[in-house]
Formats: sequence, C-alpha cells, structure tokens
Amino acid sequence: MNYKLVTRKLSPYVYIAPAIAIFTLFLFFPFFKTIYLSLFKTNKMGQAKLFVGAGNYSELLSSASFFNSLFVTVVFVLIVVSVSMLLGLITAVLCNQSFPGIRIFSTAYALPMAIASSSAAMIFKIMLHPAIGIVNKILGFHINWISDPRYALICVALLTAWLNSGINFLYFSAGLSNIDEVIYERASVDGANSFQKFFRLTLPGLSPILFYTLVVNIIQAFQSFGQVKVLTMGGPGESTNLIVYSIYRDAFFNYRFGSAAAQSVILFVIIMVLTLCMFRLEKKGVHY
Amino acid sequence: MASLSLVNVCKTFKNGQVAVKNFNLDIRDQEFLILVGPSGCGKSTTLRMIAGLEEISSGELWIDGELMNLTVPQKRDLSMVFQSYALYPHLTVYENMAFSLRVRNVVKTEIDQRVRKAADVLCISHLLDRKPHALSGGQKQRVAIGSAIVREPKAYLMDEPLSNLDAKLRTQMRVELSKIHKELGATIIYVTHDQVEAMTLGTRIVVMNSGVILQAADPKVLYMNPINKFVAGFIGSPSMNFIPVWVERREERICVEFSKNRLYVNEECAKRLMDGDYLGRRVYLGIRPEDLHETGSKDQELKLNVEIKEVLGSEILLHGKIGRSPVCARLKPDFSSEVGGEVSIFADMSRILLFDMETEENILYR
Repeated sequence: MNYKLVTRKLSPYVYIAPAIAIFTLFLFFPFFKTIYLSLFKTNKMGQAKLFVGAGNYSELLSSASFFNSLFVTVVFVLIVVSVSMLLGLITAVLCNQSFPGIRIFSTAYALPMAIASSSAAMIFKIMLHPAIGIVNKILGFHINWISDPRYALICVALLTAWLNSGINFLYFSAGLSNIDEVIYERASVDGANSFQKFFRLTLPGLSPILFYTLVVNIIQAFQSFGQVKVLTMGGPGESTNLIVYSIYRDAFFNYRFGSAAAQSVILFVIIMVLTLCMFRLEKKGVHY
Repeated sequence: MASLSLVNVCKTFKNGQVAVKNFNLDIRDQEFLILVGPSGCGKSTTLRMIAGLEEISSGELWIDGELMNLTVPQKRDLSMVFQSYALYPHLTVYENMAFSLRVRNVVKTEIDQRVRKAADVLCISHLLDRKPHALSGGQKQRVAIGSAIVREPKAYLMDEPLSNLDAKLRTQMRVELSKIHKELGATIIYVTHDQVEAMTLGTRIVVMNSGVILQAADPKVLYMNPINKFVAGFIGSPSMNFIPVWVERREERICVEFSKNRLYVNEECAKRLMDGDYLGRRVYLGIRPEDLHETGSKDQELKLNVEIKEVLGSEILLHGKIGRSPVCARLKPDFSSEVGGEVSIFADMSRILLFDMETEENILYR
C-alpha cells in the first residue's frame, strides 16, 4: 500500500528526471561554476587557485577595455534589435496579403534564419572586401569596411540584424494572422488611412508578439559571437569587441578564466535586469 | 442623410461565382431599407459594395448624386455595423466610439460631446471605461451601434447586427433600433436573413435570392401580395402552406381540387385563372397558417390529420397533412385537437394565393 503511494508521489519526478539531469549538467552546473570561478584567480587549465573575492569584479569595473566592450555591445544591441525587428515587421506586413507568388517572397524573407551565422559572416567578408567586394562595386566606394573602426561595428551589426530578421518575420507573420480582418474593414469605413490603421490597429494588435520578440532579440543580440569571430575578431582596435567575444578572448587566449567568468556574471546581471524592466513595462504597452 | 442608387450593379468573384446580378435599387433619404434573403443570396455582398469593401464588377453606385464606384470607403461618409461587432479589442468603449472621429481630426471637446451623447442614447454611459472583452453580447452590439452613430454619416449600413444575440435580446434591440431610426431620421440599409426582423424594422424590404432582387416593397405588400412562391414562402412565420391543386370547373364555378378536397375560389381568382388558361392544369395553392380557422362554411372545410401540436400559449400550431400535403395551421389556444386525430379547419378563400407550377409566379399578383 505504502509502496503504491510512494510510487504515485515519486513518478512525476521520475518523468522529469532526465530533463533535470541534462539541465543540471549543461545549465545549472556551468552557471554556478562560473559564479564560483569569478571569485578566483585561475591557472591556464581553468582551475581555481587563488580566492580574490570581488577582486576580478573591481578590476573589470576599473578597466577601460571592459567599459569599451560594454559600450560597443550596447550600440551593437541597439542597432541589431531595431534593424532586425523593423526589417521583420516590414516584410511581415508586406507579405500579409494574398496574391500569386507571395509564397516566394515569404520564403525569401524567412530564409536568413536557416543560414548559419559563421557562413553568413564569411560571405559578408567577401562582399565587404575593399578590392573585389560587391558593396564597394555598387556604391562606388573604396572603403575597407571591416578594417575601418568607423564602419566595422555597423557592418557586423547589420549582418546580425539581417540574420535575425528571418525569425522575426515569422513571429510577426503569425501575430498579424491573429488580428481579425474585420477591424481593418471597420477602420476603412471609419475613415482611417493605411498609416492610421498600421499605428492604431496593427501595432497594438501585435504588441504581445512585439514584446516577446523584443525580449528574445535583446537576449540574442547580447550573446552574439560567431559573426564577430569570423569577420573582425573583436577589432579593429576593439571597435567590435563585444562582451561575449571579450569573454571568449579573456578565457581562451589570455587564460584569465576568473576575469572571463566575472564578465559572464556581469553580462547575466545586465540581461536579467533588462528583462525584468521590460516585463514591468509590459503591463503598460502590451494589449492582450 | 442621403439617397442612394444602385444601377445594374453586378459582382463576380475571381473564381467566376456571380454573387449579385443586375441589382437596381433607389434608396430614399431616411428610409429603413432591409435586404433579406437566405444565406448566400448576395445581400451582404451588396452591402459591402455600397460600403466600398468589395469592388463593383459592373454597374454604378450613386450616393447623393455622386458616382462612388472608385471612391475609397474612407471617403464615402458611411458607417457600418458588423455582425461580429468588430470592436477594437485594445481600446476602451469610449475610444472605440471616438475612433472614427479621432482619425478625422475632430476637436477633442466635440469628440467627448458626441461620444457621451451617443452613449446616453444607448444607455452605455457606465461602460465607457471598459474594454470589449469585459462586455456582454448585447453591450458589444450597443457599442458597435454607438460607434456608428457618433459620426452622423450619410447612411448607416448594418450587416446582420442582431444575429449573434439571443432571442430575447434580439427582440429588445429591434425596438431600440426602431427608436434610433426615428430619433436620428437616418437612412439605414440593413441586412438580415431573419424575415421577422425584416418585417418589424423595415419601411421597405428587398427580398433577394441567388443574387437577384425578387421583390422590393413595404412589409404589408410583401405579405399580402408576394410576387412569387419564394417570396410568399420566405415572408411570414410560420411559412405559407403550398398545396399542389387542380384547377377545375364544377357546377359552373371554378374550384381547386386536391386529395378529395374541393375549394371554390372567388370571382377575381376565377377570372385570373381563366385569363391565364389554367383550367384543367395544376397550380400551387398558397394559404398562410393564420388563414386557416376553427369555424367557417362547409365549402371551405378541410380535414387535417394532426401529426404535431405546438402549444405557444396565445395560440397553437397544428402540423399535419391534408391528403398527402403537409400543412400548418395557426389556431386559437382553446381549439380541441389530438395528435394522431383528424380535425376540421376552414380556409379563408379571400386570402389564398395561387402560383404557376412552372414559373412559380403569383397568378393573382396585382
């Protein structure tokens, strides 16, 4: 009798145990280990050797390079999120019609999400080549886009925005299909033009999906790495040294795992605070 | 308010389906015009063409003497109430009603005045801060109507606005709509499939079927003088009874015979039947349930085999057969009858209609 009761109480946990095991191994353990490492100076193998407490953090907070990484990352996130969401929204609105051939456009706009970031970065590298790149050929410039500190970050950001626009297009297309067509007809009869319909009906109707997409895009943008690694390696002159790349460099080139872990923790805190702030603002701007 | 004219208006969809054919109608100022017909007859399509939500395939739409075919809905100065209410879900009731005025850049104070006035008329002033999801069906419909009336447009278009309401609320709202029509002096074009709504609300009714107008007349004319069997059967509840009968001459008088029953027609009917060469031919006899009575003369008597008895309180409906023809009779509540039994009922021969069996046209149409 007791055995049956125990089995019934324990069986839900047995079902979720494999997932918990994987989460523990690949998420919870690395997470807590990172916090642990951030309190130590480490050796080249990444083993914690000397407890410094907040020493790594105070070093970072007095490092110009770290603040540069933060600044560059913020600029990068702003460009990526705004451009990718705008691109996704515009293409979703354009494809929210029915006429012959619309599926070709829908497929084309969604395609970027199927492309690996490193592959796209390699193609962009060729396109942005100062001598043979198609960008310079079309625009008639002779700019070394990736090697010029003025343009490198924008190039990486635009590439990332384009890569993210595909999934945003899908999100917004789904959101648009949930808006009742009848309210647009009513708005037409009421006298609203296309702009008024877009700003007064479409955007409010999309607000739940806009919020979700914004949160996801910000988190993703903060964690961008592949494009930077392939295109610019954090240069020229740290102009594209995003915080994730800085973490990677500190850990695997400079063997300063403690400092890298501290940067990871700071990044986690920034993203968490941002996400919490956004959820607070959700009640004001999102209409369910 | 405005007068509208539809001249030879046709609508053919991309798949080749013809929804409306040669629609000709003049709608007078301040008229409460009803478009009624079965589902798929083209009434909503016609309304949407007037609103500008559907392109007119051919023909002309005139509003106050201006051709409107190529005018966008925004510029037609019409208001529309939709079957599904079409309330903006993210806006409050106040904002829903104010929307059409805001997009036209009306001054804030005037918007407030008009919205509150309309809310008072519809008794929804206490709901202005609520959102649509917090409203009942009847409240939503009032808000939809309120959103239409704040604009004071040339005409109001209503596409089955009461069809999503329960029966009791529908009756209430019908009265409200009649009041609004009287108060506003508005031109209203109203689409419904419910002939009771049509008969109670409209000053003129247009009966449609398969994309064409069958008859356009006031409710009394449609009821008393339908142009064909379809209109006769569509108008009136319960529906008119149709009995196939033979037109014969017996004892120097014209009569109609069916299943061992014989009914002598009056002089006018007789003349029409003779003029139309119907003697010896079959026609449909149309008689409304309310024109079958409990008493009468012997030559008006019919024997009804009762199959179903519906007691409605103020009356009873007897469903059964006379011979092989299904018939419904509306009788006084104290009329004695049993299911399975036979009763005598008497036809009011001054109220019968006769329809050609091939064309289904009303032989007695005036």
